[in-house]
Amino acid sequence: MQTVKMVVTGPFSAGKTEFIQSVSEIDVVSTERKISNAAEKSVKEATTVAMDFGRITVNDDLVLYLFGTPGQKRFDFMWEILSEGMLGFIVMVDSTRPETFREARSILETFRAYAPTPYVVAANKQDMEDAWDLEDMRHALRLDGKVKLLPCVATDKGTVKTVLVELLTNVLADLK
Amino acid sequence: MALRGNLRDFTITQLLNLINLAQKSGTLVVDGPSEQAYVSFREGKLAYAKVGQDDGSLAAVLHKANKLTVNQYRAIVERAGKINDKELGLLLINAGYLSQEEILANLQSYFTDALRRLFTWVEGFFRFENEMMAPEDRINVRLDLENIIIEGSRQLREWEQLQDEIPSLDMALKFTDRPMKNVNLSVEEWRVVSFINPKNSMKQIAQTNKMNDIEIRRIVYGLLQAGLVEIVRPEGMVVQQSPKMFPTQDKEEQKSLVNKLIGRIRSL
Repeated sequence: MQTVKMVVTGPFSAGKTEFIQSVSEIDVVSTERKISNAAEKSVKEATTVAMDFGRITVNDDLVLYLFGTPGQKRFDFMWEILSEGMLGFIVMVDSTRPETFREARSILETFRAYAPTPYVVAANKQDMEDAWDLEDMRHALRLDGKVKLLPCVATDKGTVKTVLVELLTNVLADLK
Repeated sequence: MALRGNLRDFTITQLLNLINLAQKSGTLVVDGPSEQAYVSFREGKLAYAKVGQDDGSLAAVLHKANKLTVNQYRAIVERAGKINDKELGLLLINAGYLSQEEILANLQSYFTDALRRLFTWVEGFFRFENEMMAPEDRINVRLDLENIIIEGSRQLREWEQLQDEIPSLDMALKFTDRPMKNVNLSVEEWRVVSFINPKNSMKQIAQTNKMNDIEIRRIVYGLLQAGLVEIVRPEGMVVQQSPKMFPTQDKEEQKSLVNKLIGRIRSL
């Protein structure tokens, strides 16, 4: 059995767990815990403290694993461990929460420093009225024009598939 | 779509950076702690600014800059409603009282000061109105934002935030395609700029200039915010792809594997 993995990262509550859930053929193995911090609790009730784990079986010989990183900075020791041997990574950003853009930039720079691995940025919640425009997000996240910034709704399988395919297209391009 | 938020989470400097890079036109409206600010832009350049109840009329600006006496100012105010800023400007130029350059320089200085006041606001809701332009009766300027962004970035003192912005000093810098003209840099900033090259990591630039981590981060942050540089992997830096990425080291097999993954995901 051959296995490969991709990592879904991003700030706290960006939609990483939902993203993996949308395409995983197994129920996502999620290590979620109740949030004790009042500020974070106002955003959501439970969060990922170690990782999420999803699976897509290609055939009898090949399986793709999707790993979601914990969003909070205090668990960043997990990031390097999870990124080891990844094909590429996706940075999820909540388009309606500009307060998380700085952290998203920081996560992106941290992952870029680990390895020259292909990546894309997924702008989650683009269906919401208060979502920031993609071009504004590109500048706010300081993304080079060549970096793919893709509209996404983490609960919508179609957009999640598009993000994954775009990342794999980058991986393929790197092999040529 | 929405370009709105709170200054607590997205600072004025970051907003100016976005407006500058996206070459936006419209008005930034900020509801501060006790007053409201309107800052208008045209193609990413500052056109007009008004904070709170300040009378930003040309007469008030020139009076504040000691270009008009109290009596002249009063006389103009009494005629208010009959004469707008553009007409007044023309009147002053035709009378040989002030040149066009002097009028624009005074307005630029006034608008820049208004923006500097906003740097002290750490809380307040903002929104960018694409359709709202500067008032038609006011004279607009056309001021590049790079210098004011660098100035605002110098005020960032928090170590934690700087580390968030630039997590690794092992990365290098390269100049963006934006022309670097009329940018006012300090001696320390110029020292860093002179070593910017994709071959030099930020750590090396800091060591050469005898700067500590916070000093180099602060300078690089300002240059990044102004859109003058971008972070890149240092040239010649050997970074091994993890051998665990693919179960095979054969390129053709790797391509075939990725194509299978693409096919599978499309079929989901």
